[in-house]
Amino acid sequence: MVDTKIVEYVANLARINISEEEKKRLVPQLSKIVDYIDKLKELDVRGIEPTKGAVTEENVFRPDKAKLDKTFIEILRNAPSQENKHFKVPKVIE
Amino acid sequence: MKDGLFKLSGWEVAQAIKNSRISEKETFSFFRERIKKIDPQIKSFVDVYEDSPSQDGDSPLKGVPIAIKDNICIKGKKITCASRILNSYIAVYDATVIARLKKGGLNIIGTTNMDEFAFGSSTENSCYGPTRNPWDLERVPGGSSGGSAAAVAARLVPFALGSDTGGSIRQPASFCGIVGFKPTYGRVSRYGLVAFGSSLDQIGTITTNFVDCAHLLNIICGFDDYDSTISKREIPDFTKFLVPDIKGTKIGIPKEYLEYGLDREVKEAINETISIFKKNKAKIIKISLPHTEYAVATYYIIAPSEASSNLQRFDGIKYGLRVDKGNLLQLYRQTRQVGFGEEAKRRIFIGTYSLSSGYYEAYYLRALRVRTLIKKDFEEAFKEVDVILTPTSPTPAFKIGEKTQEPLSMYLSDIYTISANLAGICAVSFPCGFTKDNLPLGCQIIGKAFDEKSLIRFGFTYQNSTDYHKRIAKIALD
Repeated sequence: MVDTKIVEYVANLARINISEEEKKRLVPQLSKIVDYIDKLKELDVRGIEPTKGAVTEENVFRPDKAKLDKTFIEILRNAPSQENKHFKVPKVIE
Repeated sequence: MKDGLFKLSGWEVAQAIKNSRISEKETFSFFRERIKKIDPQIKSFVDVYEDSPSQDGDSPLKGVPIAIKDNICIKGKKITCASRILNSYIAVYDATVIARLKKGGLNIIGTTNMDEFAFGSSTENSCYGPTRNPWDLERVPGGSSGGSAAAVAARLVPFALGSDTGGSIRQPASFCGIVGFKPTYGRVSRYGLVAFGSSLDQIGTITTNFVDCAHLLNIICGFDDYDSTISKREIPDFTKFLVPDIKGTKIGIPKEYLEYGLDREVKEAINETISIFKKNKAKIIKISLPHTEYAVATYYIIAPSEASSNLQRFDGIKYGLRVDKGNLLQLYRQTRQVGFGEEAKRRIFIGTYSLSSGYYEAYYLRALRVRTLIKKDFEEAFKEVDVILTPTSPTPAFKIGEKTQEPLSMYLSDIYTISANLAGICAVSFPCGFTKDNLPLGCQIIGKAFDEKSLIRFGFTYQNSTDYHKRIAKIALD
């Protein structure tokens, strides 16, 4: 059962503000979805290994060498706010 | 030559260019003009390029225009995933598939609409508004690669790339009457594909036929240093399997797939498809995939969990939208509130919930274990049969707005496609008939891991015996 409290808790963890109106819509929608996914509780999964990925091939290594194929300036061009070749953010430390 | 150019397959267009019947430039502007003329009614494109960004390259598809889903990075171009939060993002590098297309001399003509971050089955969850189905403008093209599918179905471009996390290539291909191919996980590099569910995502092709499909797969498949989950297996020449011969092969029909609210006309089309394969001397074998009924629930835990984690990067700091009022925490929260659409928020919330302390074991970890059971179902089935045949979707294309208020009913429309992503295997949807209202229907063939070649062989055999793939929506002919 998903209630307003859970939605507020999850929204906080996900760092998303939600309006009262959004809450009203989300609570019944998420409740229905969670009721549906609760279906998995019917199954006995004791002793079954979890599948984390689709492919289980060997580990991939590469030499730990710096490579400059994306220039910093190009990346910074997408920043919503920048100054002196740095990302600009609101003051973090008081 | 020019007037009928849009009716040609991509491979035929390449031949016309090779034999100097038309130039690359003329081809590009022909399709550009078609998009300008027809797409205002369909709205399949997000961005259409003046000039192809491609450089000189060569392949059997050299010179053919191609459209790209708006979640695959093309250097110097706007890539937005149809989301407000990425509205101004300019890709700083080429996805591996884009680099390969350029090396093959293909000409990228533009980016196509999609459900925001590929969350959806209808292309209605887009900040640009919905794309319409060329067969009936009141209906959805499917999703999330609905823009790519609608563009190819309307012959605005010979083919396109899409991405498939739970059916996002195959279901729109089914709704639009074309061929949508999802390769095995690990066949195509995901580098430069904006991540949704990293253990499920796979780039694939959207074409009108299997010849184009095989040629495109030859170009995009293969090992890549930039994707650590990609396979090192050798890539066969897929065009060698364009052979109309399936004599003696075994096709499995899972009994569970014919149980759920299957539309009568879909069922009839599937039965007809089965009889066509029988005529081509394949053996039909009833099989069981016992955990099928748990696939949607498993998927809607795993995919949102991975998505909620992948979407943490959209925080208003490094790129995209920033809503800047107050301190850093408020900046994050407001940016994400304004930037993400409703479905994105729902998925982030479900994922965050399934991963949160106290729920992790009951949801996420349990879903990973059920994923093992679903994977084993397929391993067992493939001991008996070569491929598995199912409908792609339980219904033909539904109406715009029909399912937007009921997210769960939208999720359930993916019921037949989701399992292939959970198991990491390959699958394809191809047109197998039409409803009496002239809506396309799709058949899905699922193959063993890394057995794309069998899907090509079955699909080619089918298209060699039928004409459904040659039907073109009226809007494309006007």
